[in-house]
Amino acid sequence: MPHRKVGFGLRGIGHAMVNGVWRLGYASRFFLLTLVSSGASFRRIHLTIREIYFSGVMSLIIILVSGLFVGMVLGLQGYETLQKYGSESALGSLVALSLVRELGPVLAALLFASRAGSAITAEIGLMKATEQISAMEMMAVDPISRVVAPRFWGGVISMPLLAAMFSAIGVFGGYLVGVVFIGVDEGSFWSQMQAAVDFRQDVVNGVIKSVTFGVAVTAIALFEGYDAPPTAEGVSHATTRTVVTSALVVLGLDFILTAFMFRGV
Amino acid sequence: MERTTLDLWVGVFVVGGLIALLILAFKVGNLGGYDGSETYKVYGEFDNIGGLKVKAPVKSAGVVVGRVSDIQFDNKTFLAFVEMRISQRYRFPKDTSAAILTSGLLGEQYIGLDAGGDEANLKNGDKFKLTQSAVVLEHLIGQALFNKAGEGGNKKAPAQ
Repeated sequence: MPHRKVGFGLRGIGHAMVNGVWRLGYASRFFLLTLVSSGASFRRIHLTIREIYFSGVMSLIIILVSGLFVGMVLGLQGYETLQKYGSESALGSLVALSLVRELGPVLAALLFASRAGSAITAEIGLMKATEQISAMEMMAVDPISRVVAPRFWGGVISMPLLAAMFSAIGVFGGYLVGVVFIGVDEGSFWSQMQAAVDFRQDVVNGVIKSVTFGVAVTAIALFEGYDAPPTAEGVSHATTRTVVTSALVVLGLDFILTAFMFRGV
Repeated sequence: MERTTLDLWVGVFVVGGLIALLILAFKVGNLGGYDGSETYKVYGEFDNIGGLKVKAPVKSAGVVVGRVSDIQFDNKTFLAFVEMRISQRYRFPKDTSAAILTSGLLGEQYIGLDAGGDEANLKNGDKFKLTQSAVVLEHLIGQALFNKAGEGGNKKAPAQ
């Protein structure tokens, strides 16, 4: 029966769409509830500090090493291209601008999503699967303000700091390759960089980007964990979804923010 | 509540992040360079400013002595009216000339000052008497073609 098959397919699409919108609404309510009940994460600041330790400090190594290598690759590739036009002195501004504007916030957010976001999802998913969340509710402890909100603020605070460190060490990597190994003039490397990078236009916009990504990645990770079916398979799917959704949302948001921030004034 | 080693690590992390931000602001960005305090304004009128932008450096002998603070179009003289702020530390003779130059092939445009020999110095609100516009590539090519055509015509004329 072909028409029954068509009907089944349409129903599937409709179901998926309604389900998606439903889930989005639930996620928005969860996000708002997290914001409303975040008073405790500042009143009992050690809860948040603990989460900064787990999502920020523990991500430090991967962020610093990746940043250094990204900067070094930018130095090599940038030199390769710029020397064709005889303007290898612009290497500093190329490395710094690409790191501060784009690569720092975006790559740090992607690494953060896979390093800290997946851990948050797995942790909360497992807490739910082992009924720790329900136990808290039984004891009249609000799991949102005790478990979710501190993780949210820990991620939001860590993210811009990680992105700034990524950019700074990346610039150092570019300096290492460009100036120390290849031998671009040190003075023009730094002076062209300082002439090209504007504090308000580039550095502050980069920080705004990384704060936005921090909010997005942490909120997605928390929601996926909280919404995960309480089974081993459910937690594993939720962890995968966190990384995939975070990556897509970060790249999409990056395009929107860039379109607003850098319109080639 | 007592201090734990965890607090120490978080403290190190936050301090590291703030240091990275400061490095980005002062070493990578332009916040540490020339500051806007204690300046005097001078003005220049140019036929064509090319790609000059606000905040472009004003240099003399290659040293940054100030910045372009405003660019406007004068609708009476049809010239570009450029306001520059020069640091109080630097004094220039009244007959100093200003030219719009480019640093490198792809570099940014800046204003270069050539000191004159006048006894009196430029004061706040003075105007450069001698200015030289930015080089526009199309004009340059046009001029070269024009000269070439002129030469060609001269050579052919005696042959006829």
